[in-house]
Amino acid sequence: MAGLAAAFGSGAMTNAIAEIEDAGCIFVIGSNTTACHPLISRRIFRAKEKGARLIVADPRNIQLSRFADVAVQQRLGSDVALLNGMMHIIIKNGWQAKDYIADRTEDYEQLEKTVAAYTPERVQTITGVAPADLKRMAKLYATSQPGSLLYAMGITQHTTGVDNVKSCCNLAMLCGYVGVYGGGVNPLRGQNNVQGACDMGGLPDVFPGYQKVSDPEVVEKFSKAWDRKLSFKPGLTITDMVPAMLAGKLKGLLIIGENPKLSDPDWNHLSHALKNLEFLVVQELFLSETAQVADVVLAAASSAEKEGTFTNTERRCMRIHKAIEPIGQSLPDWEIIRRLSTAMGYKMDYSDPEEIFDEMTALTKSYAGMNYQRLGIDGLQWPCPDHDHPGTPYLHKHQFTRGKGKFHAIEYQDPAELPDEQYPYFLTTGRMFAHFHTGTMTRVSPHLDIEQTTGYVSINPKDAGSLGVKQGDMLVLSSRRGRMEAPARLSESVEPGTLFLPIHFGENPTNVLTNAEAVDPLAKIPEFKVSAVKVEKLTA
Amino acid sequence: MQCKIVPSVCSYCGTGCGILFEVIDGKINSTLPLKTHPVNEGKLCIKGWNLHEHVNSFMRLKKPLVKTSGRFITTEWDEAIGLTADRFSEIIQKYGPDSVGVLVSAKLTNEENYLAQKFARAVIGTNNVDHCARL
Repeated sequence: MAGLAAAFGSGAMTNAIAEIEDAGCIFVIGSNTTACHPLISRRIFRAKEKGARLIVADPRNIQLSRFADVAVQQRLGSDVALLNGMMHIIIKNGWQAKDYIADRTEDYEQLEKTVAAYTPERVQTITGVAPADLKRMAKLYATSQPGSLLYAMGITQHTTGVDNVKSCCNLAMLCGYVGVYGGGVNPLRGQNNVQGACDMGGLPDVFPGYQKVSDPEVVEKFSKAWDRKLSFKPGLTITDMVPAMLAGKLKGLLIIGENPKLSDPDWNHLSHALKNLEFLVVQELFLSETAQVADVVLAAASSAEKEGTFTNTERRCMRIHKAIEPIGQSLPDWEIIRRLSTAMGYKMDYSDPEEIFDEMTALTKSYAGMNYQRLGIDGLQWPCPDHDHPGTPYLHKHQFTRGKGKFHAIEYQDPAELPDEQYPYFLTTGRMFAHFHTGTMTRVSPHLDIEQTTGYVSINPKDAGSLGVKQGDMLVLSSRRGRMEAPARLSESVEPGTLFLPIHFGENPTNVLTNAEAVDPLAKIPEFKVSAVKVEKLTA
Repeated sequence: MQCKIVPSVCSYCGTGCGILFEVIDGKINSTLPLKTHPVNEGKLCIKGWNLHEHVNSFMRLKKPLVKTSGRFITTEWDEAIGLTADRFSEIIQKYGPDSVGVLVSAKLTNEENYLAQKFARAVIGTNNVDHCARL
């Protein structure tokens, strides 16, 4: 989200999900939308029925590609070059929104200079995308107004993740599509309340509402509200916590509703780190891979067993309701934290989540106009600063949150690891339709488990042929970090030279192969989407 | 037989589809799409239709667990909370508040995320709080 905030001043999906239907052109890059966000892909199909054009850029041949006006498979990690190439063509043909650029943005000149070097021919050598396809992409996006750009982890999980996002923002601003109905730059959040977790200050450098911990006035405000002296020092990100554990600096860890043993970029590294802790506590529904190595596991209630709110990817804060009593003696996470805090000498005596919500809205401007009564069934989209405010379906209408939209001139950089003689294959990771994240919820669900019970590795039939591999044969994949086994699935969805692994399966952990050292310098997001591996057939 | 319908929001991906839990005699029997909801307009994906299954799973943890000599033993809440509070307090006293971290998550409600970061900042006294959006 750092890239979006730098360009626009606000790190969230700019437009509402329903608006996608009314776009003139939809550009999907790095999102396997039909598998990961099926009810958003429905809006894409509705838009197509209404006449919208569809562009899909993904290193894999995904389901959505079949419905696209133009679909390209750019080489893994080459997104900046692809986007710069589109901008090069748009500017060369004068399709950019000149008045919008002049009135509402800054630093355009530098961008123009940088993308001038990204000729279609040069872009082809980096991305593998043919100049004719690149030209069609640029023309469709720039001339079918308004254009809605959708992206997901395929853009962010790279060492150049922030650059990728800034490039998406550049392209959308170049065509004047930010701050208009049906347009925008729209990151699709992978988990139900990622947006809310960020909004609530679940980050080492900000309090709720993205108020900086380094700002003395902000610290003063929260110190007063919480009646405690608070620290000005920004904390550690999850990617920095692992080395801190290994160095013996981080001794105690509380993990609430997370399974980092599967989601962390480096299984081996993290296992050592967790062992090095003096005390690990996990609040969970299930005995997940991470919970198994904890000292204490606190049994948590599911979202069907408590009241509260979630904020979805389009910034819509919505209520959830208690349908049943907590299973067994499990407790809602808020009640566990309340008891723990009280036991540590800081009395929390909330009787229900509504009291917590009201305390939060009093300290958080973008949620200030919300209360449980107003949220009703449909919820409200932030910013919603006062009780008469109807909520905000799309951001940056008259001006950007930061004032002017900022162009960032971005040069293409190679991913941290490229295939070589020893590790000749590209490996990328992702999700499949029936499962969710590390599988803790979906793999215990009989109707979802039956769709896919084990991990697998997608391999192009040409590569399979040259290795003498048949469907279902066990393959051994190894990288500079480790090795794992998975059955082969022959599929044209990956290009020759590229392999794909789904992340849901703990017995075939993808993160023994991926690279924890390669992180985006600013956002600290690991490069899950590109690593180099070698592959062999397992011989018994 | 007692039957009630409870409106809620799907807890899988970030789309945030409106759902209805069908509750019969205190057990969730099915998940249905909410027809009037602005996000999903009466549709759900395969994960959403089966949302209740993980809630009902026999694998759910029913009591707190404490590891003693390498094995988990079920305990009462007061004991588990007391032990956790004591161990964190010891670590803070010995190594300072920045020796403790809290990982919140996208699976928690806003209220719980708010409370968890308040716990890290006001109770433990550290800004070592992050979540899994990066992963």
